[in-house]
Amino acid sequence: MIRPKPESVEIVHQRRDAALRALVSGVPYIQFLGIEVERRGDELTAILPFDEKLIGNPMLPALHGGVTAAFLEVAAIIELSWSTLWEDVESGRIALSGLDSLHMPRLPKTIDFTLDYLRSGLPRDAYARARVNRSGRRYASVHVEAWQDNRARLFAQGTGHFLMPDRDLPDPADQARR
Amino acid sequence: MPDYDTMRVSDPERVKRAAQDFIEAIPHARACNMHIEQVGGGSAAISMPYDLRLVGDPRTGVVHGGAVSALMDTCCGAAVLSHPDGPSASATIDLRIDYMRAATPGQRIIARATCHHITRSVAFVRATAHDEEEDGPPVATATGAFTADRSPAAS
Repeated sequence: MIRPKPESVEIVHQRRDAALRALVSGVPYIQFLGIEVERRGDELTAILPFDEKLIGNPMLPALHGGVTAAFLEVAAIIELSWSTLWEDVESGRIALSGLDSLHMPRLPKTIDFTLDYLRSGLPRDAYARARVNRSGRRYASVHVEAWQDNRARLFAQGTGHFLMPDRDLPDPADQARR
Repeated sequence: MPDYDTMRVSDPERVKRAAQDFIEAIPHARACNMHIEQVGGGSAAISMPYDLRLVGDPRTGVVHGGAVSALMDTCCGAAVLSHPDGPSASATIDLRIDYMRAATPGQRIIARATCHHITRSVAFVRATAHDEEEDGPPVATATGAFTADRSPAAS
């Protein structure tokens, strides 16, 4: 049996990082909040580096509850898009050269989002990881957890329901599909 | 520094001025150019102009849901603080947001919140967000619970 030679690690990194960049860097609001996303294999961690403009209570001081909400929602949408994009990218169905902010795959739409505020957000970096609990053809349910100094001490968690993009409609990313 | 107590006095102009000072002392509200339209008696209206920095979908120019959440959270907090029995500081315990439709690109968004019940420790709030089509269905609605501790160290 002859097995195909495995791809070089550089090629794999390049492809996956380009796909992630297309998801993150094209969205102005993600840039406005300063959210970054790190990848280990297919596991993503969203990072919200501390910035003065994220403060909601200047006396404590504490992160704005709305910023926390937005951070968790962004992390959920990126995880959900990433989980569907991953297969297309790995199988080569999407050519990355054509992916930019105007030719991204259609994003899921938020139906609702529920947030638990567990402790006040400190004026320092925050991290979030999301888990897709169910992803059907039409609807998806995603849970997100956010922490700061200590992974075990969450400062917020959330659950959102999302409407998946209609796969039967023409998708701008199809231009990038082979 | 924001003057929370003035938000509960009776002169509406003074209340509104105090409220605008309050919101400008919140760095994130300032960064999003949030503006107090009305506040007092446990309700608040806060608007946010259309801003390209807040766009969530570059293809359509629709504002990101997170920005709408931030506006609604701010508005809910202002409603709690303006309640006659409200605390002098409050934090969100829980917030649920339902997104009905995309906000029309180019239009400002206005959130209206009412603190409809308050106990010794918790304030219950409902809010809606509309774009400039005010007679149409809301862009989003929210329900939340906020802390209402009267001690200054409440968080």
